[in-house]
Amino acid sequence: MDSSERRNIILKNYQDNTNRKDVEDSDYIKVNSRNASCIDNINIYIKINDDIIEDIKFNGEACVIAISSTVTLINNLIKKNIDEALNIIDNYEKMVDGLDYDSQVLNELLAFDDISKQPSRKICATLASRKIKEILEKSM
Amino acid sequence: MNREDFNMLKKNIVYLDNGATTLKPNCVKEAIDDYYDNYTANAHRGDYKTSLVVDNKYEETRSKIKNFINAKEGSEIVFTSGATQSLNYIIFGYFKNVLQKDDEVLITVSEHASNILPWFILTKEIGIKVKYIELDENYKVTIDNVKKAITNKTKVISIAHITNVVGDIRPIEEISKIAHKNNILLVVDAAQSIAHTKVDVQKMDVDFLVFSGHKMYGPTGIGVLYGKYDLLEKMHPVNYGGGMNALFTKDGYIELREVPIRFEAGTPNIEGVIGLSSAIDYINNIGINNIEQYERELRKYLIDKLKELDFIEIYNSNTDSGAVAFNIKNVFAQDTAIYLDKYNICVRAGNHCAKILSDALKVNNTCRISLSFYNTKEEIDLLINVLKNSKNIYNEIL
Ligand SMILES: Cc1ncc(COP(=O)(O)O)c(C=O)c1O
Repeated sequence: MDSSERRNIILKNYQDNTNRKDVEDSDYIKVNSRNASCIDNINIYIKINDDIIEDIKFNGEACVIAISSTVTLINNLIKKNIDEALNIIDNYEKMVDGLDYDSQVLNELLAFDDISKQPSRKICATLASRKIKEILEKSM
Repeated sequence: MNREDFNMLKKNIVYLDNGATTLKPNCVKEAIDDYYDNYTANAHRGDYKTSLVVDNKYEETRSKIKNFINAKEGSEIVFTSGATQSLNYIIFGYFKNVLQKDDEVLITVSEHASNILPWFILTKEIGIKVKYIELDENYKVTIDNVKKAITNKTKVISIAHITNVVGDIRPIEEISKIAHKNNILLVVDAAQSIAHTKVDVQKMDVDFLVFSGHKMYGPTGIGVLYGKYDLLEKMHPVNYGGGMNALFTKDGYIELREVPIRFEAGTPNIEGVIGLSSAIDYINNIGINNIEQYERELRKYLIDKLKELDFIEIYNSNTDSGAVAFNIKNVFAQDTAIYLDKYNICVRAGNHCAKILSDALKVNNTCRISLSFYNTKEEIDLLINVLKNSKNIYNEIL
Protein backbone atom coordinates (compact mmCIF):
# COMPACT_ATOMS: atom_id res chain seq x y z
CA MET A 1 0.00 0.00 0.00
CA ASP A 2 1.46 3.40 -0.84
CA SER A 3 1.75 6.04 1.80
CA SER A 4 -1.03 8.33 0.65
CA GLU A 5 -3.48 5.42 0.42
CA ARG A 6 -2.40 4.32 3.87
CA ARG A 7 -2.83 7.80 5.29
CA ASN A 8 -6.26 8.24 3.70
CA ILE A 9 -7.57 5.07 5.30
CA ILE A 10 -6.08 5.89 8.69
CA LEU A 11 -7.52 9.40 8.66
CA LYS A 12 -10.93 8.35 7.35
CA ASN A 13 -11.29 5.80 10.13
CA TYR A 14 -9.87 8.16 12.75
CA GLN A 15 -12.74 10.52 11.99
CA ASP A 16 -15.38 7.80 11.85
CA ASN A 17 -17.40 8.11 15.05
CA THR A 18 -20.04 5.49 14.20
CA ASN A 19 -18.90 3.06 16.88
CA ARG A 20 -17.27 5.61 19.19
CA LYS A 21 -19.64 5.82 22.13
CA ASP A 22 -20.07 4.49 25.64
CA VAL A 23 -22.62 1.73 26.17
CA GLU A 24 -24.72 1.11 29.28
CA ASP A 25 -26.20 -2.19 28.09
CA SER A 26 -25.44 -5.28 30.20
CA ASP A 27 -25.39 -7.45 27.06
CA TYR A 28 -22.03 -5.88 26.33
CA ILE A 29 -18.78 -6.99 27.96
CA LYS A 30 -16.81 -3.92 28.98
CA VAL A 31 -13.04 -3.82 29.04
CA ASN A 32 -10.55 -1.01 29.51
CA SER A 33 -7.34 -0.80 27.53
CA ARG A 34 -4.49 1.52 28.39
CA ASN A 35 -0.91 2.10 27.54
CA ALA A 36 0.83 2.96 30.78
CA SER A 37 3.90 4.32 29.06
CA CYS A 38 1.88 6.84 27.10
CA ILE A 39 -1.58 8.22 27.67
CA ASP A 40 -3.85 6.10 25.50
CA ASN A 41 -6.91 5.05 27.44
CA ILE A 42 -10.11 3.60 25.95
CA ASN A 43 -13.07 1.49 27.01
CA ILE A 44 -14.24 -1.23 24.66
CA TYR A 45 -17.72 -2.79 24.71
CA ILE A 46 -18.32 -6.12 23.01
CA LYS A 47 -21.62 -7.89 22.43
CA ILE A 48 -21.32 -11.58 21.55
CA ASN A 49 -24.33 -13.66 20.63
CA ASP A 50 -23.72 -17.41 20.55
CA ASP A 51 -20.58 -17.48 18.49
CA ILE A 52 -21.06 -14.21 16.62
CA ILE A 53 -19.71 -10.76 17.46
CA GLU A 54 -22.91 -8.73 17.22
CA ASP A 55 -21.41 -5.35 17.98
CA ILE A 56 -18.37 -3.53 19.31
CA LYS A 57 -18.27 0.06 20.55
CA PHE A 58 -15.46 2.04 22.15
CA ASN A 59 -14.78 5.41 23.69
CA GLY A 60 -11.85 7.23 25.21
CA GLU A 61 -8.78 9.20 24.38
CA ALA A 62 -5.80 8.03 22.43
CA CYS A 63 -3.48 9.01 19.62
CA VAL A 64 -4.44 8.88 15.97
CA ILE A 65 -2.85 5.46 15.39
CA ALA A 66 -4.56 3.93 18.41
CA ILE A 67 -8.00 5.34 17.62
CA SER A 68 -7.84 4.61 13.92
CA SER A 69 -6.57 1.06 14.37
CA THR A 70 -9.37 0.49 16.90
CA VAL A 71 -12.02 1.69 14.46
CA THR A 72 -10.55 -0.29 11.60
CA LEU A 73 -10.34 -3.45 13.67
CA ILE A 74 -13.90 -3.08 14.95
CA ASN A 75 -15.19 -2.63 11.39
CA ASN A 76 -13.48 -5.88 10.48
CA LEU A 77 -14.71 -7.89 13.44
CA ILE A 78 -18.42 -7.05 13.63
CA LYS A 79 -20.60 -9.98 12.45
CA LYS A 80 -17.67 -12.38 12.34
CA ASN A 81 -17.67 -15.55 14.43
CA ILE A 82 -15.09 -15.87 17.16
CA ASP A 83 -12.74 -18.10 15.19
CA GLU A 84 -12.72 -15.77 12.24
CA ALA A 85 -12.21 -12.79 14.51
CA LEU A 86 -9.29 -14.39 16.32
CA ASN A 87 -7.75 -15.26 12.99
CA ILE A 88 -7.99 -11.64 11.87
CA ILE A 89 -6.44 -10.41 15.12
CA ASP A 90 -3.72 -13.03 14.92
CA ASN A 91 -2.73 -11.99 11.43
CA TYR A 92 -3.00 -8.31 12.27
CA GLU A 93 -0.68 -8.69 15.24
CA LYS A 94 1.75 -10.72 13.14
CA MET A 95 1.79 -7.90 10.60
CA VAL A 96 2.43 -5.33 13.31
CA ASP A 97 5.24 -7.51 14.66
CA GLY A 98 6.85 -7.75 11.22
CA LEU A 99 6.15 -11.50 10.85
CA ASP A 100 4.61 -13.39 7.91
CA TYR A 101 0.87 -12.93 7.80
CA ASP A 102 -2.15 -13.65 5.64
CA SER A 103 -3.04 -10.35 3.97
CA GLN A 104 -6.32 -11.76 2.57
CA VAL A 105 -8.19 -11.40 5.87
CA LEU A 106 -7.07 -7.92 6.85
CA ASN A 107 -8.81 -5.53 4.44
CA GLU A 108 -8.26 -1.93 5.59
CA LEU A 109 -6.11 -3.09 8.50
CA LEU A 110 -3.36 -3.33 5.86
CA ALA A 111 -3.05 0.43 6.22
CA PHE A 112 -1.08 -0.30 9.38
CA ASP A 113 1.46 -2.51 7.60
CA ASP A 114 4.40 -0.21 8.23
CA ILE A 115 3.90 0.04 11.99
CA SER A 116 6.34 -2.84 12.31
CA LYS A 117 9.03 -0.37 11.30
CA GLN A 118 8.09 1.99 14.14
CA PRO A 119 8.58 -0.10 17.28
CA SER A 120 7.42 2.69 19.60
CA ARG A 121 4.01 2.73 17.92
CA LYS A 122 3.24 -0.98 18.16
CA ILE A 123 1.54 -0.47 21.49
CA CYS A 124 -0.66 2.20 19.92
CA ALA A 125 -1.66 -0.02 17.01
CA THR A 126 -2.56 -2.92 19.29
CA LEU A 127 -4.42 -0.96 21.97
CA ALA A 128 -7.73 -2.56 21.02
CA SER A 129 -6.60 -5.86 19.54
CA ARG A 130 -4.85 -7.03 22.73
CA LYS A 131 -7.96 -6.66 24.87
CA ILE A 132 -10.51 -7.81 22.31
CA LYS A 133 -8.44 -10.96 21.85
CA GLU A 134 -8.55 -11.64 25.60
CA ILE A 135 -12.33 -11.28 25.68
CA LEU A 136 -12.82 -13.50 22.65
CA GLU A 137 -10.57 -16.21 24.03
CA LYS A 138 -12.51 -16.18 27.28
CA SER A 139 -15.79 -16.45 25.39
CA MET A 140 -14.85 -19.59 23.48
CA MET B 1 22.00 32.37 27.94
CA ASN B 2 25.05 30.11 28.25
CA ARG B 3 24.07 27.77 25.43
CA GLU B 4 27.69 27.01 24.63
CA ASP B 5 27.98 25.09 27.90
CA PHE B 6 25.55 22.39 26.77
CA ASN B 7 26.61 19.80 24.21
CA MET B 8 23.01 18.64 23.81
CA LEU B 9 22.15 22.06 22.39
CA LYS B 10 24.58 21.47 19.54
CA LYS B 11 22.43 18.61 18.33
CA ASN B 12 19.89 20.73 16.53
CA ILE B 13 17.15 20.18 19.08
CA VAL B 14 14.79 22.61 20.74
CA TYR B 15 14.56 21.27 24.26
CA LEU B 16 11.38 22.45 25.95
CA ASP B 17 10.95 19.68 28.51
CA ASN B 18 12.98 21.12 31.36
CA GLY B 19 10.29 20.25 33.89
CA ALA B 20 11.04 16.58 33.22
CA THR B 21 14.79 16.98 33.41
CA THR B 22 17.28 19.66 32.47
CA LEU B 23 20.26 19.29 30.19
CA LYS B 24 23.65 19.10 31.85
CA PRO B 25 26.42 21.65 31.37
CA ASN B 26 29.89 20.37 30.56
CA CYS B 27 31.24 21.28 33.98
CA VAL B 28 28.95 18.71 35.64
CA LYS B 29 30.19 15.98 33.36
CA GLU B 30 33.79 17.03 33.86
CA ALA B 31 33.44 17.01 37.64
CA ILE B 32 32.13 13.45 37.48
CA ASP B 33 34.95 12.42 35.13
CA ASP B 34 37.43 13.99 37.47
CA TYR B 35 36.15 11.83 40.32
CA TYR B 36 36.48 8.66 38.27
CA ASP B 37 39.81 9.63 36.75
CA ASN B 38 41.59 11.14 39.73
CA TYR B 39 40.19 10.24 43.11
CA THR B 40 37.82 7.26 42.96
CA ALA B 41 37.20 5.88 46.44
CA ASN B 42 34.27 5.26 48.77
CA ALA B 43 33.00 7.93 51.15
CA HIS B 44 33.18 7.98 54.96
CA ARG B 45 36.08 5.56 54.94
CA GLY B 46 38.90 8.11 55.06
CA ASP B 47 41.85 5.78 55.55
CA TYR B 48 43.96 7.00 52.63
CA LYS B 49 44.47 10.15 50.63
CA THR B 50 41.95 9.72 47.80
CA SER B 51 39.24 8.60 50.12
CA LEU B 52 39.80 11.70 52.18
CA VAL B 53 39.36 13.81 49.06
CA VAL B 54 36.02 12.08 48.50
CA ASP B 55 34.93 12.73 52.07
CA ASN B 56 35.83 16.36 51.78
CA LYS B 57 34.01 16.83 48.49
CA TYR B 58 30.99 15.02 49.85
CA GLU B 59 30.69 17.13 52.97
CA GLU B 60 31.63 20.28 51.07
CA THR B 61 28.64 19.67 48.81
CA ARG B 62 26.38 19.30 51.81
CA SER B 63 27.54 22.66 53.00
CA LYS B 64 27.13 24.16 49.53
CA ILE B 65 23.51 22.97 49.48
CA LYS B 66 22.98 24.36 52.95
CA ASN B 67 24.06 27.77 51.65
CA PHE B 68 22.09 27.39 48.42
CA ILE B 69 18.80 26.95 50.28
CA ASN B 70 19.93 28.95 53.33
CA ALA B 71 19.50 26.17 55.86
CA LYS B 72 20.81 26.81 59.35
CA GLU B 73 23.04 23.75 59.56
CA GLY B 74 24.69 21.36 57.14
CA SER B 75 23.27 18.56 59.28
CA GLU B 76 19.81 19.49 58.00
CA ILE B 77 20.75 18.32 54.50
CA VAL B 78 20.23 14.62 53.69
CA PHE B 79 21.32 13.15 50.35
CA THR B 80 18.72 10.93 48.69
CA SER B 81 18.16 9.63 45.17
CA GLY B 82 15.72 12.42 44.33
CA ALA B 83 12.56 14.25 45.28
CA THR B 84 10.52 11.04 45.20
CA GLN B 85 12.75 9.26 47.66
CA SER B 86 12.95 12.34 49.86
CA LEU B 87 9.17 12.57 50.10
CA ASN B 88 8.84 8.88 50.81
CA TYR B 89 11.52 9.16 53.48
CA ILE B 90 9.79 12.07 55.19
CA ILE B 91 6.39 10.42 55.06
CA PHE B 92 7.44 6.92 56.12
CA GLY B 93 10.39 7.87 58.32
CA TYR B 94 8.85 10.81 60.12
CA PHE B 95 5.11 11.16 59.70
CA LYS B 96 4.26 7.49 59.93
CA ASN B 97 5.65 7.58 63.46
CA VAL B 98 4.00 10.76 64.66
CA LEU B 99 0.59 10.84 62.98
CA GLN B 100 -2.42 9.09 64.41
CA LYS B 101 -5.71 7.77 63.15
CA ASP B 102 -7.97 10.53 61.75
CA ASP B 103 -5.17 13.10 61.63
CA GLU B 104 -5.46 15.07 58.43
CA VAL B 105 -2.90 15.96 55.78
CA LEU B 106 -3.68 18.72 53.31
CA ILE B 107 -2.49 18.43 49.72
CA THR B 108 -3.93 19.63 46.39
CA VAL B 109 -5.01 17.83 43.22
CA SER B 110 -2.10 19.35 41.32
CA GLU B 111 0.59 17.63 43.39
CA HIS B 112 2.98 15.21 41.77
CA ALA B 113 2.26 11.52 42.36
CA SER B 114 5.26 11.33 44.70
CA ASN B 115 3.53 13.75 47.06
CA ILE B 116 0.18 11.95 46.91
CA LEU B 117 0.69 8.20 46.83
CA PRO B 118 2.82 7.89 50.00
CA TRP B 119 0.08 9.76 51.90
CA PHE B 120 -2.54 7.44 50.42
CA ILE B 121 -0.54 4.53 51.81
CA LEU B 122 -0.60 6.12 55.28
CA THR B 123 -4.40 6.37 55.05
CA LYS B 124 -4.39 2.58 54.74
CA GLU B 125 -1.59 1.86 57.20
CA ILE B 126 -2.48 4.17 60.07
CA GLY B 127 -5.84 5.66 59.16
CA ILE B 128 -4.89 9.28 58.48
CA LYS B 129 -7.10 11.29 56.12
CA VAL B 130 -5.97 13.04 52.96
CA LYS B 131 -7.85 16.29 52.33
CA TYR B 132 -7.52 18.69 49.44
CA ILE B 133 -7.02 22.45 49.52
CA GLU B 134 -9.41 23.79 46.91
CA LEU B 135 -7.82 25.56 43.92
CA ASP B 136 -9.15 28.86 42.59
CA GLU B 137 -10.24 29.42 38.98
CA ASN B 138 -6.61 29.77 37.89
CA TYR B 139 -5.73 26.52 39.73
CA LYS B 140 -3.88 28.49 42.38
CA VAL B 141 -3.72 27.95 46.13
CA THR B 142 -5.08 31.00 47.94
CA ILE B 143 -4.54 31.79 51.59
CA ASP B 144 -8.30 31.85 52.10
CA ASN B 145 -8.64 28.34 50.75
CA VAL B 146 -5.81 27.11 52.95
CA LYS B 147 -7.56 28.59 55.97
CA LYS B 148 -10.84 27.01 54.92
CA ALA B 149 -9.27 23.58 54.58
CA ILE B 150 -7.64 23.57 58.01
CA THR B 151 -9.50 21.76 60.80
CA ASN B 152 -8.40 20.90 64.32
CA LYS B 153 -7.31 17.53 62.92
CA THR B 154 -4.91 19.01 60.35
CA LYS B 155 -1.34 18.04 61.18
CA VAL B 156 0.50 18.46 57.88
CA ILE B 157 0.32 20.59 54.74
CA SER B 158 2.32 18.97 51.95
CA ILE B 159 2.47 20.93 48.71
CA ALA B 160 4.72 21.86 45.84
CA HIS B 161 6.40 25.25 45.75
CA ILE B 162 5.74 25.30 42.00
CA THR B 163 3.55 22.62 40.42
CA ASN B 164 4.64 20.65 37.40
CA VAL B 165 1.63 20.98 35.10
CA VAL B 166 0.09 24.34 35.87
CA GLY B 167 3.32 25.93 37.09
CA ASP B 168 1.59 28.05 39.70
CA ILE B 169 3.81 29.45 42.45
CA ARG B 170 2.51 28.91 45.97
CA PRO B 171 2.79 31.65 48.63
CA ILE B 172 4.84 29.38 50.87
CA GLU B 173 5.85 32.05 53.37
CA GLU B 174 2.27 32.99 54.14
CA ILE B 175 1.10 29.40 54.18
CA SER B 176 3.87 28.59 56.62
CA LYS B 177 2.72 31.32 59.01
CA ILE B 178 -0.81 29.98 59.02
CA ALA B 179 0.40 26.41 59.35
CA HIS B 180 2.64 27.11 62.31
CA LYS B 181 0.00 29.20 64.05
CA ASN B 182 -2.14 26.06 63.95
CA ASN B 183 0.64 23.65 64.96
CA ILE B 184 0.76 22.20 61.48
CA LEU B 185 3.99 21.07 59.83
CA LEU B 186 4.74 22.21 56.29
CA VAL B 187 6.37 19.92 53.72
CA VAL B 188 7.38 21.62 50.48
CA ASP B 189 8.19 19.89 47.20
CA ALA B 190 10.67 22.20 45.49
CA ALA B 191 11.42 19.88 42.54
CA GLN B 192 10.07 22.39 40.03
CA SER B 193 11.26 25.56 41.73
CA ILE B 194 14.79 24.88 42.89
CA ALA B 195 16.45 25.77 39.57
CA HIS B 196 14.14 28.64 38.69
CA THR B 197 13.65 30.85 41.72
CA LYS B 198 15.31 31.50 45.08
CA VAL B 199 14.43 28.85 47.64
CA ASP B 200 15.22 30.02 51.17
CA VAL B 201 14.09 27.50 53.76
CA GLN B 202 14.50 29.91 56.69
CA LYS B 203 12.68 32.78 55.04
CA MET B 204 9.90 30.45 53.95
CA ASP B 205 10.12 28.74 57.31
CA VAL B 206 9.37 25.28 55.97
CA ASP B 207 9.74 22.16 58.09
CA PHE B 208 10.75 19.79 55.31
CA LEU B 209 11.74 20.48 51.72
CA VAL B 210 12.75 18.19 48.86
CA PHE B 211 14.25 18.46 45.38
CA SER B 212 16.07 16.47 42.69
CA GLY B 213 19.50 17.15 41.24
CA HIS B 214 18.54 16.32 37.68
CA LYS B 215 16.00 19.14 37.40
CA MET B 216 18.70 21.65 38.39
CA TYR B 217 21.32 20.82 35.75
CA GLY B 218 22.85 18.06 37.86
CA PRO B 219 22.94 14.28 37.43
CA THR B 220 20.04 11.87 37.84
CA GLY B 221 19.87 9.69 40.94
CA ILE B 222 20.78 12.39 43.45
CA GLY B 223 18.45 14.57 45.47
CA VAL B 224 18.03 16.35 48.74
CA LEU B 225 15.85 16.06 51.81
CA TYR B 226 15.96 19.15 53.99
CA GLY B 227 14.44 19.00 57.45
CA LYS B 228 14.67 21.21 60.51
CA TYR B 229 17.23 19.63 62.79
CA ASP B 230 14.87 18.85 65.67
CA LEU B 231 12.51 17.09 63.27
CA LEU B 232 15.29 15.08 61.67
CA GLU B 233 16.31 13.95 65.15
CA LYS B 234 12.87 12.40 65.51
CA MET B 235 12.84 10.87 62.04
CA HIS B 236 13.46 7.11 61.85
CA PRO B 237 15.82 5.66 59.28
CA VAL B 238 14.04 3.83 56.48
CA ASN B 239 17.19 2.01 55.37
CA TYR B 240 19.56 0.25 57.74
CA GLY B 241 23.06 -0.93 56.94
CA GLY B 242 26.59 0.27 56.58
CA GLY B 243 27.64 3.82 57.26
CA MET B 244 24.59 4.76 59.30
CA ASN B 245 25.28 2.78 62.47
CA ALA B 246 27.77 3.64 65.21
CA LEU B 247 27.62 0.27 66.91
CA PHE B 248 25.63 -2.95 66.94
CA THR B 249 25.90 -6.10 68.97
CA LYS B 250 24.94 -9.73 68.63
CA ASP B 251 21.77 -9.38 70.66
CA GLY B 252 20.29 -6.84 68.26
CA TYR B 253 21.34 -3.61 69.93
CA ILE B 254 21.89 -0.80 67.40
CA GLU B 255 23.33 2.62 68.00
CA LEU B 256 22.76 5.03 65.16
CA ARG B 257 25.20 7.57 63.86
CA GLU B 258 24.37 11.25 64.00
CA VAL B 259 21.86 13.14 61.85
CA PRO B 260 22.05 13.28 58.81
CA ILE B 261 24.51 10.37 58.31
CA ARG B 262 22.04 7.91 59.83
CA PHE B 263 19.72 8.49 56.88
CA GLU B 264 22.37 7.71 54.29
CA ALA B 265 22.80 3.95 54.63
CA GLY B 266 25.00 2.17 52.17
CA THR B 267 27.47 3.55 49.67
CA PRO B 268 26.04 6.87 48.55
CA ASN B 269 25.76 8.19 45.02
CA ILE B 270 29.15 9.83 45.14
CA GLU B 271 29.35 10.83 41.49
CA GLY B 272 25.86 12.27 41.88
CA VAL B 273 26.90 14.39 44.84
CA ILE B 274 29.99 15.60 43.01
CA GLY B 275 27.97 16.41 39.87
CA LEU B 276 25.35 18.21 41.93
CA SER B 277 28.04 20.26 43.57
CA SER B 278 29.22 21.45 40.19
CA ALA B 279 25.63 22.18 39.09
CA ILE B 280 25.10 24.41 42.10
CA ASP B 281 28.29 26.33 41.33
CA TYR B 282 27.03 26.67 37.80
CA ILE B 283 23.66 28.09 38.86
CA ASN B 284 25.32 30.40 41.37
CA ASN B 285 27.61 31.73 38.67
CA ILE B 286 24.70 32.72 36.46
CA GLY B 287 22.70 33.88 39.45
CA ILE B 288 19.28 32.49 40.35
CA ASN B 289 17.70 35.95 40.14
CA ASN B 290 19.02 36.44 36.60
CA ILE B 291 17.65 33.02 35.69
CA GLU B 292 14.26 33.84 37.14
CA GLN B 293 14.01 37.17 35.39
CA TYR B 294 15.11 35.81 32.02
CA GLU B 295 12.74 32.84 32.17
CA ARG B 296 9.86 35.08 33.15
CA GLU B 297 10.41 37.30 30.11
CA LEU B 298 10.71 34.27 27.89
CA ARG B 299 7.47 32.83 29.21
CA LYS B 300 5.65 36.08 28.55
CA TYR B 301 6.98 36.05 25.01
CA LEU B 302 5.84 32.45 24.54
CA ILE B 303 2.37 33.07 25.95
CA ASP B 304 1.88 36.20 23.82
CA LYS B 305 2.86 34.31 20.69
CA LEU B 306 0.72 31.29 21.50
CA LYS B 307 -2.26 33.53 22.17
CA GLU B 308 -2.06 34.82 18.61
CA LEU B 309 -2.87 31.31 17.39
CA ASP B 310 -6.62 30.78 17.63
CA PHE B 311 -6.34 27.01 17.23
CA ILE B 312 -4.26 26.68 20.39
CA GLU B 313 -5.84 26.23 23.78
CA ILE B 314 -3.70 27.37 26.72
CA TYR B 315 -4.69 26.04 30.14
CA ASN B 316 -2.52 28.17 32.41
CA SER B 317 -1.89 31.57 30.87
CA ASN B 318 -2.26 33.18 34.30
CA THR B 319 0.63 31.57 36.11
CA ASP B 320 4.14 32.90 36.50
CA SER B 321 6.58 30.03 36.22
CA GLY B 322 8.06 28.58 33.05
CA ALA B 323 5.48 25.86 32.43
CA VAL B 324 2.86 26.22 29.72
CA ALA B 325 0.18 23.57 29.23
CA PHE B 326 -1.58 23.66 25.88
CA ASN B 327 -3.26 21.65 23.15
CA ILE B 328 -3.88 22.14 19.46
CA LYS B 329 -7.68 22.16 19.46
CA ASN B 330 -9.10 18.75 18.51
CA VAL B 331 -5.71 17.10 18.35
CA PHE B 332 -4.64 14.55 20.92
CA ALA B 333 -1.71 15.80 23.01
CA GLN B 334 0.53 12.92 22.09
CA ASP B 335 -0.07 13.45 18.38
CA THR B 336 0.99 17.08 18.82
CA ALA B 337 4.15 15.98 20.62
CA ILE B 338 4.95 13.50 17.86
CA TYR B 339 4.43 16.23 15.28
CA LEU B 340 6.72 18.66 17.11
CA ASP B 341 9.30 15.92 17.50
CA LYS B 342 9.48 15.70 13.70
CA TYR B 343 10.98 19.18 13.92
CA ASN B 344 13.21 18.16 16.84
CA ILE B 345 11.13 20.14 19.30
CA CYS B 346 10.90 18.24 22.58
CA VAL B 347 7.74 18.77 24.62
CA ARG B 348 5.99 16.45 27.04
CA ALA B 349 2.52 15.04 26.39
CA GLY B 350 0.36 13.47 29.03
CA ASN B 351 -0.98 13.97 32.48
CA HIS B 352 2.49 14.69 33.88
CA CYS B 353 2.19 12.42 36.90
CA ALA B 354 -0.68 14.58 38.15
CA LYS B 355 -3.48 12.21 37.27
CA ILE B 356 -6.10 13.70 39.57
CA LEU B 357 -5.63 17.20 38.20
CA SER B 358 -7.57 16.36 35.03
CA ASP B 359 -10.91 16.93 36.75
CA ALA B 360 -9.92 20.50 37.57
CA LEU B 361 -8.42 21.28 34.18
CA LYS B 362 -11.36 19.52 32.49
CA VAL B 363 -8.93 17.94 30.09
CA ASN B 364 -7.08 14.68 30.57
CA ASN B 365 -3.96 15.30 28.61
CA THR B 366 -1.96 18.32 27.61
CA CYS B 367 1.31 19.19 25.96
CA ARG B 368 3.64 20.89 28.35
CA ILE B 369 6.41 23.32 27.53
CA SER B 370 8.79 24.00 30.39
CA LEU B 371 11.51 26.58 29.90
CA SER B 372 15.09 27.02 30.97
CA PHE B 373 17.55 29.91 30.76
CA TYR B 374 19.15 28.30 27.71
CA ASN B 375 15.95 28.55 25.70
CA THR B 376 15.68 31.53 23.38
CA LYS B 377 13.11 33.68 21.61
CA GLU B 378 14.38 32.22 18.34
CA GLU B 379 13.47 28.74 19.55
CA ILE B 380 10.02 29.96 20.47
CA ASP B 381 9.63 31.56 17.04
CA LEU B 382 10.51 28.22 15.51
CA LEU B 383 7.95 26.44 17.70
CA ILE B 384 5.29 28.97 16.74
CA ASN B 385 6.08 28.53 13.07
CA VAL B 386 5.81 24.78 13.27
CA LEU B 387 2.51 25.12 15.14
CA LYS B 388 1.26 27.54 12.47
CA ASN B 389 1.93 24.89 9.86
CA SER B 390 0.12 22.20 11.76
CA LYS B 391 -3.04 22.23 9.61
CA ASN B 392 -1.85 19.06 7.94
CA ILE B 393 -0.55 17.53 11.10
CA TYR B 394 -1.78 14.04 10.21
CA ASN B 395 -0.11 14.09 6.84
CA GLU B 396 3.12 14.59 8.66
CA ILE B 397 2.80 12.12 11.47
CA LEU B 398 1.22 9.26 9.54
C1 LIG C 1 6.58 18.70 41.37
C2 LIG C 1 7.39 17.45 41.31
N1 LIG C 1 7.60 16.75 42.43
C3 LIG C 1 8.32 15.62 42.44
C4 LIG C 1 8.87 15.12 41.29
C5 LIG C 1 9.64 13.84 41.35
O1 LIG C 1 10.97 14.02 41.03
P1 LIG C 1 11.91 12.77 40.79
O2 LIG C 1 11.27 11.96 39.71
O3 LIG C 1 13.21 13.37 40.35
O4 LIG C 1 12.02 12.04 42.08
C6 LIG C 1 8.68 15.81 40.09
C7 LIG C 1 9.22 15.26 38.83
O5 LIG C 1 8.65 15.37 37.78
C8 LIG C 1 7.92 16.99 40.11
O6 LIG C 1 7.70 17.69 38.98
